[in-house]
Amino acid sequence: MVTTTAPPSQPAAVTRPRRAKAPASKKRREALAAYAFLAPDVIGLIVFVALPMVLAFGVAFFKVDGFGNYKYVGLANYQLMGSDDQLWAALKVTGTYVITFVPIAFVVSFALAMLVRNHFKGIGWVRSAFFLPNVVSLVVVGLIWQFLLVDKRGAISNLLAPLGLGDVSFLGTPSLALGTYVLISVWFLMGYQMLVFLAGLKDVPKELEDAAEIDGANAWQRFRFVIWPLLRPTSFFVVVNSTIGAVTGLQAFDLVYVLTKGGPARATSTVVLYIYEQAFTFNNMGYAAALTTVVVAMLVLCTGLMFAFTRGGRFDED
Amino acid sequence: MRTKFFPILAHVLAIIAVAPLLWILISALKPAEDVFSFGWPSSWTLDNLQYVLLKVPLPRFLLNSAIVSVIVTVVALFFHSMAAYALARLRFPGRGIIFSGIMSTLLVSLPVILVPLFLVAKQLGLLDSYAGLIVPSIFHAFGIFLLRQYYLNIPRELEEAADLDGCGYWRRYWSVILPLSRPVLASLSVLFFLANWNAFLWPLTITRNPDLRVIQLGISGMQGQYASAWNLILAAAVIAAIPTVVVFVAGQKRLVDAMKTTGLK
Repeated sequence: MVTTTAPPSQPAAVTRPRRAKAPASKKRREALAAYAFLAPDVIGLIVFVALPMVLAFGVAFFKVDGFGNYKYVGLANYQLMGSDDQLWAALKVTGTYVITFVPIAFVVSFALAMLVRNHFKGIGWVRSAFFLPNVVSLVVVGLIWQFLLVDKRGAISNLLAPLGLGDVSFLGTPSLALGTYVLISVWFLMGYQMLVFLAGLKDVPKELEDAAEIDGANAWQRFRFVIWPLLRPTSFFVVVNSTIGAVTGLQAFDLVYVLTKGGPARATSTVVLYIYEQAFTFNNMGYAAALTTVVVAMLVLCTGLMFAFTRGGRFDED
Repeated sequence: MRTKFFPILAHVLAIIAVAPLLWILISALKPAEDVFSFGWPSSWTLDNLQYVLLKVPLPRFLLNSAIVSVIVTVVALFFHSMAAYALARLRFPGRGIIFSGIMSTLLVSLPVILVPLFLVAKQLGLLDSYAGLIVPSIFHAFGIFLLRQYYLNIPRELEEAADLDGCGYWRRYWSVILPLSRPVLASLSVLFFLANWNAFLWPLTITRNPDLRVIQLGISGMQGQYASAWNLILAAAVIAAIPTVVVFVAGQKRLVDAMKTTGLK
């Protein structure tokens, strides 16, 4: 067993008698047991999550070479960013990806949830079918679509040939590659988001809808004035979650890495892929760390803005 | 609704959604020269599967993934349930702060801390080792959060009975709480296994040694090595996907329960 190195037990009982009847020694025993139970996870989270997070801000001030030698360079890593065209390209790709992917994934998964909300024959299979892409790894997803989209010979080309689109190279054309990547991401994630919406829809009381129907509300009105307002917390969660996923999620790395490696002409180079390249292809750990801090700042800003615009997804004033 | 339109639409869309997966499965069973032929294959073959299992060290990759996924799942569930027990059932100074601290790490995703995490792992000598694949993957607040929610709802009386019988905290956790949490542990193990089996970015970063390659790295590596041998790449992709689909079908209900709880309850 791991023994605790967590905070030493403080005689807090003296100042805040919470459970008057328990003797001090029992309280102490309870606290000690709690710290022992928490120690493995807390130590692990500190070493492998919190420490790296803090470290990023420190390493950003250094130039680190391939042999692990650190040289203090002040703000040089941040100054470098201004003239780094590839970084700006990556930021643009990530931004475009977020503002297209998040709404499309939202609408598609919400529509699917409404579609499979009520019971019908074969509903189990239908729900599983929508969720199944999410079970397969992003690497497999990338390989699947690469195969389906092989120029001229792939299944998609064959399907589109009657429309005269058989020659279009979806992953090879810079102007199309990002859109293709967005749609593949939607296919991957829609089932998961559909489930989240279904869970939210479950909490919409049936009586409210029935009452509205009796009052003469049509389907659209029931949706607009009963379901939609009650789903606001769920919608908020979905939007925040898919934005974070789109900016720094695994789909922004794994999928792009397998699908296009950022190409063609850096048209699908996301920020996290670019950070990876800086760190592990060009060995610029310090610069990569500085970029990491920028992404963290972006993320905090995004979440904060969404929180401000939606008032945290509260629904009490509608 | 009264119409049949929406259920039929749902079935059609469901077929479209799984079509790419089925297409890959069928294509992997076609002879090499037919892999791009549009439509039903003229003949079926297991040659592709056989080739990648015998000529590419796919079994080795599968074994590595199995070892890592199973160990991470078991150890993580053990640690998380311990931490969750303390947070849900015990009173101690600093509980609120520790809980908020743990929850705040939920915002941090792997790509964000990849570079500094790599530097930490390197300092700890975890580069190119099973420990490097396993240890950093264990710690994640999500499981703690879910288990804590579950433990908050277990009636206090059950534990009090054990307390009167003279059981210490460890016995109460091990003999009372843990057996009661089998359903949620089962849900989480499905989730953890899938996440670790599908892991790509961390294994890519922490290992160089081909013998330590996990299955996702193995199949992505085939992209370069067998560039246009799509029959082989697809066969390997299908083999990599089979365990996840099996685990999903077997643990579907549990997975869905856990997923639904993710952000809402």
